[in-house]
Amino acid sequence: MAELPNPQENLSLDTFLRGLWTENPVFAMLLGMCPVLAVTNSTMNAIAMGLATTFVLVCSSLLISLLRNWIPKQVRIASYIIIIATFVTIVDYGIQAISLELYAALGAFIQLIVVNCVILGRAEAYASKQRLHTTLVNSLGMGAGFTIALLALGTVREILGSGSILGVALFGEGFQPWVVMILPPGGFFVLGAWLLLFNWLRLRKERKVMEQSGVAANAG
Amino acid sequence: MPKPIEIRTSPHLKRALSVDRIMRNVVFALLPICAFAVFQFGLSALLLILTTTGAAIATEWFFARASGRGNTVSDWSVVITGILLALTLPPGFPLWMAAVAAFVGVALGKALFGGLGYNVMNPALVGRAFVQAAFPVAITTWTPAFAPGRFTEVIPSTFTLPFMQPIPVKDWVAALQLDAWTGATPLALQKFQQIEPSVTDVFTGMIAGSAGETSALLILICGLWLAFKRMLDWRIPVAVMAGAALTALPFWLMDSSLYPSPWFVLFSGGLMLGAWFMASDMVASPVTTSGVILYGLFIGIVTVVIRLFGGLVEGVMYAILLANAAGPLISSWTQPRVYGALKKTREAE
Repeated sequence: MAELPNPQENLSLDTFLRGLWTENPVFAMLLGMCPVLAVTNSTMNAIAMGLATTFVLVCSSLLISLLRNWIPKQVRIASYIIIIATFVTIVDYGIQAISLELYAALGAFIQLIVVNCVILGRAEAYASKQRLHTTLVNSLGMGAGFTIALLALGTVREILGSGSILGVALFGEGFQPWVVMILPPGGFFVLGAWLLLFNWLRLRKERKVMEQSGVAANAG
Repeated sequence: MPKPIEIRTSPHLKRALSVDRIMRNVVFALLPICAFAVFQFGLSALLLILTTTGAAIATEWFFARASGRGNTVSDWSVVITGILLALTLPPGFPLWMAAVAAFVGVALGKALFGGLGYNVMNPALVGRAFVQAAFPVAITTWTPAFAPGRFTEVIPSTFTLPFMQPIPVKDWVAALQLDAWTGATPLALQKFQQIEPSVTDVFTGMIAGSAGETSALLILICGLWLAFKRMLDWRIPVAVMAGAALTALPFWLMDSSLYPSPWFVLFSGGLMLGAWFMASDMVASPVTTSGVILYGLFIGIVTVVIRLFGGLVEGVMYAILLANAAGPLISSWTQPRVYGALKKTREAE
């Protein structure tokens, strides 16, 4: 079976940074919304979820990249799921061993990392085509971007919803918690607000670039 | 020189009924209700109205500027939002929470959809629904009406520091030494203790409740004036009231000791204010005549269902928001047949 070789990406700083900004899984691609909305009601949950997802993402991407020439095209999704599920099981038992409290707080969402589309998307679109070292850097960037996004939601929701960060009270006695913020609607409100901010920044940047090129064209 | 003949195509409008003229008249119609709220609850109600209106105007100004839509404050619609929001809140509601409600209502309920004419739901109710979810205790803390000294001192919870819990009003209410104050509105009394207050008191507004919802009589007069001036569609409030009364009637006939009378259902809580001034929001209601009646009946029925069988005491707000969301669907269902067009048949589809 003759196949066209995939263009191999050369390692650059952009391989890492893309995941943080232009291809951020949450704020630019809107992937993996389930954990983003469900477990960001406190900063601790957000960090744990972000790190767990990053671990699974990096490990499974590496293994898939290693095996990319052996996995038959026809059964690739099933193979990816088995690889991802292996690492999810490791994380599941790991978190259970480290902190039972955290395990209870995250609930079913740890097992659900297996169907997180950020991971499957990376496997399909990147790891199955690229070399090992660029895959490592790229998936680290994606994982960092995912964690930062969860953190962005979790911090705002914990500050408004409980008046604390990582369980440390920020305000004195008598703080009025915004109950809605730790409830599911709060996830939608905060995610919407962040998206609004980022899209506004992006549009403003694009408009500036347009104006500058317009000025340059006029001058030329 | 003879006067030039001006030739125009139809419609031939006799007078210009512009958006800001209608909105200004709605504000005028709300002013007596505000005045009664201040008379009944004193300084706190006045501060509440000023705060929500101010915050709503500031939010509108900011978002209109940020999105390059120019100055949209002058169409008066945001003033209505601010006033209506204040009228739905308890009189002693902390001012900082009221400002949050106004900001969320105008920003989330209106500005993000593209401003006046594009909002799906009534902005004032979006704001109220948000604070209901965020501060459930504060929004159900009621204070007695006609408290002595209400024009010289404010309810203590009004001036709560931002982000702090409301100052408890229990001691303040106790110091007033009122007889028969249970801290509940007529609706709650009826629902949980089956004590139905006198319908005359409920109708004229001699009761506790949200700042501007108490006097059904006054709201009726102001609403009728607007309807008479053709600045609100009379079918909406009439359909809301009909829907509510007809849903409540069979239950009352079955067991009048448990269920409220249709009169009580009509004049208590926010039903009157909701029917005349919120359900009739021109942007968020359907556009067809039959659609408007369906929409009104839906609000009335859902309100009574929530009141009688739901966990909440009052259901007008959620009923209107739900009906607002269904508005476009109702409009598309009830499109009139185009003149001359064939009746749609199953085969033609």
